[in-house]
Amino acid sequence: MPTQPIPAPGSHAISIRNLKKSFGSNEVLKDISLEIEPGEVVCIIGPSGSGKSTLLRCVNLLEVPTSGTVLVGPDEVTHPDADLDRIRRRIGMVFQSFNLFPHLTVLENLTVAQIKVLKRRKEDAIATARLNLHRVGMSSKEDAYPGQLSGGQQQRVAIARSLSMEPQLMLFDEPTSALDPELVGEVLAVMKSLANEGMTMVIVTHEMAFAREVADRVVFMDGGYIVEQGPAQEVIGNPREERTQSFLHRVLNPMVIDAAEVIDEEELSTAS
Amino acid sequence: MSTQTTYPATEVAAPRLTRRQRARLSLGVQYALGIAVIGLLAFMTDWATFSAAFLRFDILERMLPRVILIGLVNTIIYAALAFIFAFVVGLLLAVMRLSSVAAYRWFAGAYVEFFRGVPALVVLFMVAYGIPNAFPGFQFPGDKYGMVMVGLGITAAAYMAETFRAGIQAVPKGQLEAARTLGMSHTRTMATIVIPQAFRVVIPPLTNEMILLVKDSSLVYVLGVTAAQYELTKFAQDFLNRSVNATPLIVAALCYLAITLPLSGLVRKLEARYAKAR
Repeated sequence: MPTQPIPAPGSHAISIRNLKKSFGSNEVLKDISLEIEPGEVVCIIGPSGSGKSTLLRCVNLLEVPTSGTVLVGPDEVTHPDADLDRIRRRIGMVFQSFNLFPHLTVLENLTVAQIKVLKRRKEDAIATARLNLHRVGMSSKEDAYPGQLSGGQQQRVAIARSLSMEPQLMLFDEPTSALDPELVGEVLAVMKSLANEGMTMVIVTHEMAFAREVADRVVFMDGGYIVEQGPAQEVIGNPREERTQSFLHRVLNPMVIDAAEVIDEEELSTAS
Repeated sequence: MSTQTTYPATEVAAPRLTRRQRARLSLGVQYALGIAVIGLLAFMTDWATFSAAFLRFDILERMLPRVILIGLVNTIIYAALAFIFAFVVGLLLAVMRLSSVAAYRWFAGAYVEFFRGVPALVVLFMVAYGIPNAFPGFQFPGDKYGMVMVGLGITAAAYMAETFRAGIQAVPKGQLEAARTLGMSHTRTMATIVIPQAFRVVIPPLTNEMILLVKDSSLVYVLGVTAAQYELTKFAQDFLNRSVNATPLIVAALCYLAITLPLSGLVRKLEARYAKAR
């Protein structure tokens, strides 16, 4: 890993330095350093278990890092005295499983935090909510409950919920992984329009076509390290590292692995 | 060459039934058995004596306005007071049991284990006689009503705490994460996101708890209540002693059902309403 010069605080949207995270004896993140610039769209790709989601969750401290520092704008999230509730307001997050509040209507999902956290007046919160529902094309469903919506619709509402807090950056944790294939497109379209509006976005994803088209930068992670990063065209189109090449080969050609290989792997794993 | 299988005559002792025929036969036998038992009981019972023991309308008439105005009303008041106490204390205990402060967790755990393991009657006695002795001059607000509220509520709170805890833990972790990500504090998240969802899960068991409290209110008579404080069981017992007839018990039973059956109905309604918001 090349050592990076220490940046002046506040010059990056996110600045991660020497981040490590272990769950018990399992070290999931092994010395990660990464900077994200304002307005940048960064896709994090890599095999499952490579630490992508954990890295994302360390940015807003849903996971507490074992060591290292994370700065969001000028604020050190990892500082023991950090006011997390205040910092988190500025960081939108979209989850794989949507996590809409099932006991609230779509509109209430978007207004509850505005009213309770930002102390906005109810009318103002509703106006902001409607604006953001319009942005994701869900205006007609404001009185529905999440359970009445499709997965794609729920995820669009979840994006609108985050946007209603007017965050400075957005984290997406595999936002389309729980969706039926025909519903993926509508969510990606919303994310793309967000990217075009200049939102700072960090996206953990398996959608290579999306990463290639929308990302300013692609970060490939494996085994708790950042193996390779750079412009999407380079990392996905012409990867330098052998591990990146083999990962992309498997992802882009899922039919290429023949049965003998899988059986061999199974024998290896049962033997161990 | 024949493809048909033939059996020797000796093996066809019983006629072979199809599966449907067998099912029908089994059902028929069950019905016949049930009808035979009911018929036999009906035949053996001396109906005149039976109804004289359980259903004397003259006794019912003598009980009538007061069994409702005093017995039923007091039963509802005792159960409702104990429920309110148990609800508040139970919710508090559940939150304590899930607290990050170890001392709170231990206290709530010890409370639940102790009061679940001790009979409600013993706790009621402890409250009714122990507390006034331990704190001379202390008066329960509302006298017997306050005493019952605490005496029955303490035990019910232990059960409700466990119900609430299960309800809170049934709310997916992602709900908590989503709320925290939106900048809500832990307390705010519990109050606006987790506990409202937990309530839906716990409404059926809470109603069961209410039904149990309605029935447990029959323990109140051991406190030596005045005639105006009688609940259904004490009221019925009073009449039982005077009339030497079981009719008052039947009347009391019907009054209990008049409370508990609508409660069950209410649960079904609430469940249906919440199911819509799933």
